[in-house]
Amino acid sequence: MSESLTGSRIRDRRIALGLKQAALARSVGISASYLNLIEHNRRRIGGKLLLDISSDLGVEPSALTQGAEAALLAALREVADGASLPAADQERADEFAGRFPGWAGLLASAHRRTLSLERTVEALSDRLAHDPALAASMHEVLQTAAAIRSTAAILAEDRELPPDWQARFHGNLNEDSRRLSDSAKALVEYLDADEENGAAASPQEELDAFLEAREFSFPELEDGTATAADVVAQAGDLVSGAARSMAQGVLSLLEADAAALPLERLRRAEAEVGADPVALARHLGVGLARILRRMAALHRDAAGLVVCDRAGSLLFRKPLSGFAVPRFGACCPLWPLFDALAQPGLVMRARLTQPARQPADFDVFAVAEAVGPPRYNAPPLVQSTMLILPAPEAAPPEPARAVGSACRTCPVSGCVARREPSILAHEI
Amino acid sequence: MTRGDGVDEGKLVLLVEDEANIREAMAFLLAREGWRVETEDNGGNAVKRIKALSPDLVVLDYMLPERSGMEILNDLRALPEFSALPVLMLTARGQARDREQAERAGVSRFMTKPFSNAEVLTAVRDLVYVAGAARRASG
Repeated sequence: MSESLTGSRIRDRRIALGLKQAALARSVGISASYLNLIEHNRRRIGGKLLLDISSDLGVEPSALTQGAEAALLAALREVADGASLPAADQERADEFAGRFPGWAGLLASAHRRTLSLERTVEALSDRLAHDPALAASMHEVLQTAAAIRSTAAILAEDRELPPDWQARFHGNLNEDSRRLSDSAKALVEYLDADEENGAAASPQEELDAFLEAREFSFPELEDGTATAADVVAQAGDLVSGAARSMAQGVLSLLEADAAALPLERLRRAEAEVGADPVALARHLGVGLARILRRMAALHRDAAGLVVCDRAGSLLFRKPLSGFAVPRFGACCPLWPLFDALAQPGLVMRARLTQPARQPADFDVFAVAEAVGPPRYNAPPLVQSTMLILPAPEAAPPEPARAVGSACRTCPVSGCVARREPSILAHEI
Repeated sequence: MTRGDGVDEGKLVLLVEDEANIREAMAFLLAREGWRVETEDNGGNAVKRIKALSPDLVVLDYMLPERSGMEILNDLRALPEFSALPVLMLTARGQARDREQAERAGVSRFMTKPFSNAEVLTAVRDLVYVAGAARRASG
């Protein structure tokens, strides 16, 4: 891929050295027109000619044949794919990058920025829709802005305003501008606290931030050198009592999991029977939900885990790149996580994909299990656990079921499970 | 203060808004244009005031203490004598679903804050005179 830009790199290097095309061509024993074709990536180059040219340009041959262009070309192809460019144009990404490296770099960088902003918009939109404190704060700002706008317009437009009304409106304006300033400041502080200091708006967010900051890894619980209570006691970033209590619940479960199934034992079992949850549960004689949680801990960077209660509220979320789990509000009801709730003990397995610019396939395993002490004549309380793993590249092809993350940010049209309209105007 | 052209001074607007300074500015603005204006700051009293005053138009805030603008609108549309009363709803929320909900409930016009004074005055005139003429023609 990057090889096809070798010509552009030769040209850049030659120009940087102030060498004429004809002079370089003469020096390596080819015609200037042939070098011109090479420099415009119209002829492949290798062997002795590449060695001669790199020698004349004072660089290693590899500096001409390799480079950061692979990433650039991948980004350009993503742009072209997203814009549904005809295949003939998509195939000319190499040529575009070769002929206009500056513009190509700019386009790729703008594309990366767009993706990042899209993620921010999704997060903020979710937040606006589900965070009552933020909604109230925004409402206060808009109310005050409305009062100021109306009053200021009266003062500006009415030249014959009686002095007593003028004084009154000036007083209102002064009061409202101070209120606007206070509410805007409070809003910024609220957002800043969340973004920069990790302070969270709700105990669930506080817990999520704590787990993310620790990258969901607690070696002291794994090796038994600390208890869940020790970890919570030392966690300075868990501020509210509610968040500390929730963290205690999550970490106690992790502590019990670690004692019942140490990661090393699971690693050895995986080597024997493979990374299949049901096979591991049989082999180890351990319950499915625990196997799923331990696999998420073992494959820390390559596994996601979500746990919900019978009402469908997420109690635990460990995200995985490419499989979006909403931070606020309800998830896509098509996830097997919720199917599993219908029959505790039934193990669901599915290959899923989410709409994205670069969709990927995931293998998910879900099971619901009873929690709490047994009771007579009462249905058990259940929690459902779902492990999310990237589909192995070597896995046999299998159609992936399309699911979303949350309705607001899901572009799938005609979905029977949709609860509310999507904020995404176009399908990805 | 100058009176606006074309406004029949007999027409009454009831302004239901809990934000004191918005209420004051709008009441002044409407009065300057020639409307008779009554104000109410509590959602819980709004329907009673409307029944007592029989205004030609109600400017109704969406979020009010005790009863929301939506609840008041629903109450009005359930009363035959106010089923066609022009209601201009103001909101600082502006979300599409709020607008849809208000439209389904029979709001005459929906406006998001902050608004310009000219927009409000135009809307009030349109709703009282244009909508009023249409009602008279159809009735």
